[in-house]
Amino acid sequence: METKNIVENIRKKFPALAQQMNGQPLIYLDNAATSQKPLEVLELLDKMNAKVNANVHRAMYQLSDEATGLYEGARERVRQFINAPDRENIIYTSGTTASINLVAASFCQKYLMKGDVIVITADSHHSNIVPWQLAAERIGAEIRILPIDGRGALRIDMLDKMLDSKVKIVAATHISNVLGIVNPVDKIVQIAHNHNIPVLIDGAQGIVHVHVDVQKMDCDFYAFSAHKIYGATGVGILYGKSRYLNEMPPYMGGGDMVGTVTYQKTSYAPLPLKFEAGTPNFIGASALKPALDFAASVREGEVGEAVKASEQEIIKYMLNALPNEIGEVEVYGLPEGKVSSQASDDTGDKIPLFSFNIKGCNAGDVAQLLDKMGIAVRTGLMCAEPLLNSLGVTSVIRASFAPYNTLDEAKKFIECVKRAKKMLM
Amino acid sequence: MHCRVKSYNTMKINEIQNQIIEEFSIFTDWMDKYQYIIDLGKNLPIIDEADKKDENLIKGCQSRVWLICSEKDGKLFFKADSDAIITKGIISLLIRVYNEQTPKDILDSNLHFIDAIGLKANLSPTRANGLVSMIKQIKIYALAFAEKDVK
Repeated sequence: METKNIVENIRKKFPALAQQMNGQPLIYLDNAATSQKPLEVLELLDKMNAKVNANVHRAMYQLSDEATGLYEGARERVRQFINAPDRENIIYTSGTTASINLVAASFCQKYLMKGDVIVITADSHHSNIVPWQLAAERIGAEIRILPIDGRGALRIDMLDKMLDSKVKIVAATHISNVLGIVNPVDKIVQIAHNHNIPVLIDGAQGIVHVHVDVQKMDCDFYAFSAHKIYGATGVGILYGKSRYLNEMPPYMGGGDMVGTVTYQKTSYAPLPLKFEAGTPNFIGASALKPALDFAASVREGEVGEAVKASEQEIIKYMLNALPNEIGEVEVYGLPEGKVSSQASDDTGDKIPLFSFNIKGCNAGDVAQLLDKMGIAVRTGLMCAEPLLNSLGVTSVIRASFAPYNTLDEAKKFIECVKRAKKMLM
Repeated sequence: MHCRVKSYNTMKINEIQNQIIEEFSIFTDWMDKYQYIIDLGKNLPIIDEADKKDENLIKGCQSRVWLICSEKDGKLFFKADSDAIITKGIISLLIRVYNEQTPKDILDSNLHFIDAIGLKANLSPTRANGLVSMIKQIKIYALAFAEKDVK
């Protein structure tokens, strides 16, 4: 089947895409912020809300068994998806931010002392900065930044020198939500492990665009959100190696994470429940199974090939059109080596995510006009103010594509940006 | 279509608002409306670089706004600027409404024209563009000058 037809078939699974925004057909290009949900996910959410709604892990009746089965079944699907060794390594959280907060609080409490150092990468989202700042403040630790170079790639060459005996953890971004280039996390893990330093990877964008194998990568923690990979909002995952999760103290206390409770003392449940206090978002979490099934389906076989081809086409088109068709555009996060328009050429480490500015145009103005033309993009600080500071800007425009976006949409986007620029200048 | 602000403003706030609403009623297309606002923004007098200091700055996540207020003969005068043109266009309309008005009239006024011309989203408290804070600041100035008069 032709690529175009395959992408069309994928689109049909997403009812959200058929709507209008401000009287125009919706062109949804803010997938880095959240993705749309396929029918399989919507159907399960509906089914559970209506018919399989019973608290998990707690009761003896069939309905509860069914809900628990779906919830734990989704956990197993996550384990498979990232090739984690065991169920106990997969912790459900409310999102990437919560996952990183969990590690920052619990890991630092256990392993860091005053004067110790946490290394984070300069392309970090606030969710990979602030939790560490909070922990550092509590403990009297310091934060050290691994910088980026001119094109937005991490200065891996500087990492080894940075890892002295005071560094206790490295928290790195898999793919920046601003720059859209894949960082060599395998190398980061390798270098850190040479110093016996564990690594947390912020995989919010990474999980969506790269095949993640946590055992192969050998990262110590990997965090991501369900809602960015076609799943429900309010659900996230923390993968962690047993050796750390077993030693780390609980983050939140309450129901389900306990063993025995007296007023004097409480013992804790084994992993993974030790880190899952309270009634979980079991309906949202269960939807991770159909979400990841879908994600896998657009990576494998004929469909996978077509999606890859489509995304490469879009990347090449956008990297050419942004500077050449709109003019006076600065694009942040350029792929390694020059990406030509040759069909056979690879797009390197670039994902279909484009942050840019038009000289002389305010990003918010452009986005407001695009909104009226039915186009959804993100503008502003992208929750990455330090990164934008280092790029010398206070705002960017970002268009991020998913497998259900088409080259036609990319072309329409460029056309509308041209129109907006004309109105503003 | 060109609207001149009278230099000696005898019109009351609600009269001005209704005038603006009527002017906008001729636009049926969103893009024409926005182009008009953009043009207003481009024509807004630029404030002195000296006035673009931090104490006059109202920061939003998406755009910045500077607001300068002065008083003469019991009336308030405003100058404002922004790094976003659409915001500047709306500021231009706000200045048309609030300029040369008494503190009391400003405090008693209800700003309804933005909603009526279909730009309510621009004044949403969740829209981080400095406009909402700017209007609050205008009212704070009005309150300060009103209390000063009382004393």
